[in-house]
Formats: sequence, C-alpha cells, structure tokens
Amino acid sequence: MNGLNISELNELRQQFPALHQSVYGKPLVYLDNAATTQKPQLVIDRITKYYSSENCNIHRGVHYLSQVATAAFEAVRANVAGFIHAAKSEEIIFTKGTTEAINLLAGSLAGFLIGMGDSVLVTGMEHHSNLVPWQQLCKRNHAKLLVAQLDDKGEVSLEQFGKLLEQKPKLVAITHISNALGTINPVKEMITMAHANDIPVLIDGAQSVAHMRVDVQDLDCDFFAFSGHKMYGPMGVGVLYGKEKWLEQMPPWQFGGEMVDQVSLQETTFNQLPFKFEAGTPNVAGVLGLGAAIDFLNQTGLEKIGKHEQQLLDLAIKKLQSVQGIRFIGNANNRAGVISFIVDGTHPTDIGILVDKMGVAVRTGHHCAQPVMTRFDVPGTVRASFALYNTAEEVEVFVSAVQKAVRMLL
Amino acid sequence: MTIQEIQEQIVNEFSLFEDWMDKYNYLIEMGKEVPRIDERYKTNNHLISGCQSRVWLHAENRDGKIYFTADSDAVITKGLVNLLIRVFSGHSPEAILEADTDFIERIGLKEHLSPTRSNGLVSMVKQMKLYAQVYKLKQDN
Repeated sequence: MNGLNISELNELRQQFPALHQSVYGKPLVYLDNAATTQKPQLVIDRITKYYSSENCNIHRGVHYLSQVATAAFEAVRANVAGFIHAAKSEEIIFTKGTTEAINLLAGSLAGFLIGMGDSVLVTGMEHHSNLVPWQQLCKRNHAKLLVAQLDDKGEVSLEQFGKLLEQKPKLVAITHISNALGTINPVKEMITMAHANDIPVLIDGAQSVAHMRVDVQDLDCDFFAFSGHKMYGPMGVGVLYGKEKWLEQMPPWQFGGEMVDQVSLQETTFNQLPFKFEAGTPNVAGVLGLGAAIDFLNQTGLEKIGKHEQQLLDLAIKKLQSVQGIRFIGNANNRAGVISFIVDGTHPTDIGILVDKMGVAVRTGHHCAQPVMTRFDVPGTVRASFALYNTAEEVEVFVSAVQKAVRMLL
Repeated sequence: MTIQEIQEQIVNEFSLFEDWMDKYNYLIEMGKEVPRIDERYKTNNHLISGCQSRVWLHAENRDGKIYFTADSDAVITKGLVNLLIRVFSGHSPEAILEADTDFIERIGLKEHLSPTRSNGLVSMVKQMKLYAQVYKLKQDN
C-alpha cells in the first residue's frame, strides 16, 4: 500500500478550509494534529445542516423533526460500530470525548469492580486523562495504582508488564499510541497477556483511530475510548466502546433524563444499553459531525493515511538530524506520526515561539503527560504531529524553521 | 523616569526594528543577560504559576520603592521578564498598580498577552502588581 500521491493530497487539502490561511504573513503549517486535527468541509457542512434544518431533541419526540434527528443520530452509532468493528451498536456510548469516556468508566467501575485493596495497572506514558481518573479512583477507594515503566526508547517492557499482571489488577488501562512519544504499544499482545489473567483492558485510542485501522474485536479489548476532534470530527464528542457483557453489568455513571426507564419519587429503573450511560441531551450536532468524519476517513482509507503519515515521520526524523544538539524523546521501534524533541541549550518554549512566527504550529510543553517528561528529565518537548493533509514541503518548512530558531537562540 | 516614560523609550527602541526577527533577537539578547535574581530566590515559592517555562520573580521594598529580580529557564521568557523589570522595577507600589501595559501591544508583542497563553506576560504582570498590592497594604497599615 502506497501513501497519498500528490494529486490526492492536493485534493484532500482543498477540503480543509482552515489550512488555507496565513499566520504572521506566512502560509500556515499545521503540525499540532495530536492536539486536534482540522476539519474537512463535509464535517462543517454536516453540523450546519443539522442546526439549519434538523435541530431537534432526539429519542423522545413523536414529531417529524425529532424522528429525522433520532434516525440520523442512531445511524452514526451504527457507523461508529462499523468503523471500529464493534459487534453491536449498543456497545457504542457517546461521550464528550476520551476524557469523559474514561471518567465514565472509572466512575462506573468505582462502585462495581475496583474497591479497597484492589489495583489498576497503567503505563508510564499515559496522557493525564488515562492516568488521573485511575489515580484518583485508587485514592478514593484505597486501591493501588500499578505503573509499567518506560525504557529509554519510550517503550513498555512486556516482561515488567507481565510481572505486574501477577499482582492481579482489576483493570489494565493503557494507551494505544503515546501522544508525547509516538510509541505504538503492542496492545494486542498486552491484551492477550491480561486476558490470560482474566483482567479486562481499556485502550485509550485518542491517538490511534485517525491513523490506523482499529478493530476492537480483533484486539479483543474490553473497552476502547476515543475523541471525535482528533479524527477530523468536531470537538465535544467522543466514544466509549465496551463489550456488552461489561456494559450490561456496570452501574450508570451520570443520572438524569434519557438514561431512565421508570421513575417514581422513590425509585428509578434504568434504560437499556447504550442509553443507560447517556444521561441528558447528547451533543447531536457533534455526533452527526463525527459520522461525517468517519465517512471521510473511510473514503480516504486509513491504510493510505497511515502510510502517508509514516513517510512524513521518516522524512522529519531524517531531516531533523541536521539540527545541532537535537535529542529525540521517544525512539520506539514502532511509532506513529508524532515527533518529540529538545535541542541542547534551548528551551522548548523558545523554539515553539520562534517557529510560530515562521507560520509553523507545533506544540511545546509537557503534552498533558508530565510523568513522561519527568521520566526523560526534560522540562517539556517540542512536538510535531502529522495528519493526512500534511506534505513533505511542510516538513521541509518545519525543519528549516527549527534550524533558524536554534541559530537565533544559540 | 516614570513608568510611562520608560514605556515610551521602549516603544521608540522597538520602532527601529524592521521585522519580527530583529525584535526577537533583541528579546533573546536581553534574555541572555546575567540573571538579576539571587540564586537563593530560585525556589518554588518564587515561581510564577501559569507559565510553560519556569519564571522566578522576587520583589524587595527599599525606601518605598519595589525592586524586582527574576530569571527563567527559557531565554525569550527571560527577555520578556527583563523587559518588565526595566519598566516596573524601582517605582512606588502606587505607580506600579496604576501603570497600564499597553506598551506591550505597541511594541508588537501582543500575542504574548493573551490570558491563556501559557508563556505569557500576563501572569508576570499580574504577579508584579500583586507584589505592589501587598507592599501598598503593608505601607498603609
């Protein structure tokens, strides 16, 4: 499978209005895609269409508009299920994003699976959103947080991971791809290892779904969380996938409208899956936008996208070697389109400020993964992260900008 | 010179720069100056929160005037804080509290002023004014 050819790439770029602008008089080079991706016109149009002609509260109304909106909303649930190859649409819970998906899971499991003396196993490369909810749950419930540490390349040792599994944690919560290091974890292998010990596994897929084909049944993960806005969809919408056998047993997390069946002043019975976990009016426009983003990804082809981003990553790594004093943070053998680095004698913030003036948007700081920065003993890094619309020319502009910034600073 | 006069002087200096690179080279130059802060004040207590890089700020009151010293591990940030020290250091708490900071916009560094900008000047200015407020309260009492 090849990446995208030039005409495909140009055509794709045309679909993203935000890419075609200048910052400080320079063409924008947007390399902060791990934070959020830009949106294609069809996603923007889908949201506009909903508010222009379909806006309605869903699931309850018998009137025409409500039925139109409900049908569209539920069609996206089926679309999401197909996208990650879930066995059933009912296994797809809409949330605000990955963070809420993980908080939902932690909130529900807190009263169900993880209690005093139990433990939860994470890795040392988790984004705060897959660390803090478990850490705080463990504090509240007097449970223990186990951490699989990283080696110097930014990989988890499977041997140590296996040893920690012997402590019989109640849940393993690991990221698919590190947002700070780019490491692709061997999650399938890790899930098999955890299952051999009867331990369920949550995969944080925030950084993976837009960059590789994810098949939750093939992975056999018990839970999978991701965000719409990192996969060309809108902000404020995300997904928690859970195996039906787990979701059926789990208690609801938030309470209110939509998630109930019968309510008296004393008692409430809860709605079925997936509605049991979707209290309140959902982000209908966001969900519809997410559906459009999935259509866009399916049309473009995730294999092609992955290949293209891999080519950009390889090119960037090669070109950045010419920057004197550069140190890459994260050198995993298997890695995605994220490149994190520091340059001796400079602070990442300084580089970020200067390349910004040259039109290049990168991220600087700890990337919501402070323990990773501590592990590598850096104050933060400069991070460039690629999306399907980035080009080899943009990589060149980025590398020249870094070189120029370093020359100014040293 | 008053705070206002120093600000005018800085605006004049910056008006000589032709492009952003000159401006940032100047900030970098200022950032490379020997730190004016005593090492013993580079503690967590003196860190300004909300900055992506670390910025230590110390204030002293001598004869009714506040003197600031600072350092940062990022050179542009240090240049910015040194610029603020040049403006605010050696003035009375009242003068510091009353001073506006529109000179930052006038010298074309507006992008550092956004309240959410984590490397921003906003938290530095806020911290300096906070020191001034504290010393003013102490004086008034």
